[in-house]
Amino acid sequence: MNIPASYILALSGVLFTLGVLGVLIRRNAIVIFMSIELMLNAANLAFITFARAWGPATEGLRGHVFVFFVIAVAAAEVAVGLSLIVSIFRTRQSIDVDDINSLRG
Amino acid sequence: MSIDLILFISIALIAIATAISMLASRNAVYSVLFLVLNFLTVAALYLLLNAAFIAIVQVTVYAGAIMVLFLFVIMLLGTEQEKIGGRIQWQMPVAIVLGLGLAAELTYVLLSGAGTSGAAMESVGAEFGSPASIGRILFSEYLIPFEITSVLLLVAMVGAIVLTMKRKRESR
Repeated sequence: MNIPASYILALSGVLFTLGVLGVLIRRNAIVIFMSIELMLNAANLAFITFARAWGPATEGLRGHVFVFFVIAVAAAEVAVGLSLIVSIFRTRQSIDVDDINSLRG
Repeated sequence: MSIDLILFISIALIAIATAISMLASRNAVYSVLFLVLNFLTVAALYLLLNAAFIAIVQVTVYAGAIMVLFLFVIMLLGTEQEKIGGRIQWQMPVAIVLGLGLAAELTYVLLSGAGTSGAAMESVGAEFGSPASIGRILFSEYLIPFEITSVLLLVAMVGAIVLTMKRKRESR
């Protein structure tokens, strides 16, 4: 791909900012969770870009290996997080984060 | 304007448009589908960046497994509609100001960071980013983190089952 690496890093920054905005604006817990996935994805894009731009000369494929681990951890995180959301919905009948305002189960 | 640049700009526009639509749609099912589209465009970008293995992992694990899990939970709970008007009135303007601040910071870091020059990337061989080369480094140098990842997935699986298990009422 014959374009500067900074373009792709800029796209990664824009996607990360949109993920942060989603966490700040939306109140549905599942959509907030999806915005976190968007941020992880933007970080992965930056990893791949750095590996492509500076990897062949120095570190090789370590960026790719790191992205692989990030995806595995994201899968584990989604499993636990969604079961937490299901468990909260059972007790409060809502997953709106405005309604979840006490620690009592 | 080279063909690579046109390809990148169209992919980037699709990615940003799907991310914004994901935030803007009121129905959570549409949000999930827009996010799947976003992940697919990012996978196409990975392919352009010579990361074939990571692109396929992105499609199967992220766009396939994880987003289907999201869809499943949304349809299980039936809470896809969000109420209009929140409890905090100033949430939206403050969020937009904070988001613009973060965007400004990221732009500053990217423009002033070392190494992010405007030069195009040099070409690499077909070996770069192939499953064989990643597997070689993953199973030699990163073997212990790989094994720890399997333990982590097991813990997440057990945790998900325990959290959603219906507990029997303790009766005396």
